[in-house]
Amino acid sequence: MAGNMGRALISLPAKAKRGAVIEIRAMIAHPMETGYRPDSQGRLAPRDIVNRFECLFEGEQVFAADLFPAMSANPYLSFTMRVDAGGELAFRWRDDSGAMAEEKRRIEVE
Amino acid sequence: MSRVRAVIVLVCASAASLAHAEVALDQRKSGADFMSAATRAMQDDDTANPAMLSTLDGESLWTEKAGDAQKSCGDCHGPAPQSMKGVAARYPAYNVARKAPLDLSGQVNACRTDQQKAEAFKPESAQLLALSAYIGLQSRGMPVSPPDDARLAPSRAQGEALWSQRIGQLNFSCAQCHDDNWGKRLGSALIPQAHPNAYPIYRLDWQGMGSLQRRFRNCMSGVRAQAYPYGAQEFIDLEVFLSHRARGMPVETPGVRP
Ligand code: HEC
Ligand code: HEC
Repeated sequence: MAGNMGRALISLPAKAKRGAVIEIRAMIAHPMETGYRPDSQGRLAPRDIVNRFECLFEGEQVFAADLFPAMSANPYLSFTMRVDAGGELAFRWRDDSGAMAEEKRRIEVE
Repeated sequence: MSRVRAVIVLVCASAASLAHAEVALDQRKSGADFMSAATRAMQDDDTANPAMLSTLDGESLWTEKAGDAQKSCGDCHGPAPQSMKGVAARYPAYNVARKAPLDLSGQVNACRTDQQKAEAFKPESAQLLALSAYIGLQSRGMPVSPPDDARLAPSRAQGEALWSQRIGQLNFSCAQCHDDNWGKRLGSALIPQAHPNAYPIYRLDWQGMGSLQRRFRNCMSGVRAQAYPYGAQEFIDLEVFLSHRARGMPVETPGVRP
């Protein structure tokens, strides 16, 4: 992780019944500089926002979003997914500086 | 601007009742009780509360070796969930080595300089807020328990005097808003009772974390007073007084505020 990209907080159940729809929440620490805010010297702080979020299950995209400057700092996304099998979820964020963050979580079916 | 106008309206409205009344113990309400349902839900849900990101940073700083001593907080204190349980609830506390009351972040910095032999964290730095929030989290749900310590008495008395003293071009005391007019509107904001039990907080207006002193400074600039600098004795005194005033209320750290 680099630059403005910070910690991520992900919440999903560790286990779900096969076929169940689960809610996944993902939040990442990021100032989401809009490019319109003067810094302490009065200069405009350059725009740096998280512009892309993706969630993949075993390499296959299950959710993706393009983000814009109107999002608050520390963007928080919540979405649902149907669980047909156990496996690994990957969460990816990318910001304007090109910095990437990735987190992985496993989910099991019961 | 609308806030300033609202202040002036409030001056007129409260000019008739100048003698200030303390908030009765059973009438105390946390700042969270004055928030919208959505903001309260954000505070109550650890997966939606942005301040939890800061506590995660605090958790990793806890085990990071630093300074000439090359020791981490955890090297001396052990895991925070045990060693720091209930600690934040009884701060500010009297520190024997400094012969003065310290707030929690002052104690963190005392360990930073005296124990780790490292440079103190800057006021409002992400690290200082993160460690304070992480330590505060270990007291969440526990009652605010200011120490029954005679050495804190002068500070508490001084804090109470500051609380009641009119300041700034608008000539308002903290008490006039927070004891006499809580629950009323000031512009778009509801005036809370000013309890310190959720700090450090994530404030939506700041789009980030901030300390109780940052909040104090906001209120002081709001009445056009010269705000004391971070770390000022006046702020410690105010916090000693406010933690006594909030005794028994549950710690909510890390809180969310509008
Ligand atoms: C003119 C009225 C006014 C005065 C005077 C004032 N405040 Fe405030 N204060 C407010 C308002 C309004 C808020 C809530 C702001 C918001 O929610 O955006 C607030 C919030 C606070 C909070 C945060 C409470 C919480 O639940 O998070 C504290 C602490 C506080 N004030 C302390 C003080 C102190 C100390 C002083 C005196 C130095 C003071 N205030 C003077 C209006 C005032
Ligand atoms: C070399 C050992 C050492 C290290 C490293 C250390 N501390 Fe301490 N800490 C102490 C001692 C000894 C005390 C009690 C004496 C005092 O108040 O200074 C203490 C007290 C405290 C207290 C108050 C506890 C209470 O019950 O009132 C807090 C909070 C604290 N430390 C946090 C930290 C943090 C945060 C760090 C890392 C940034 C840290 N300490 C690093 C030795 C250490």
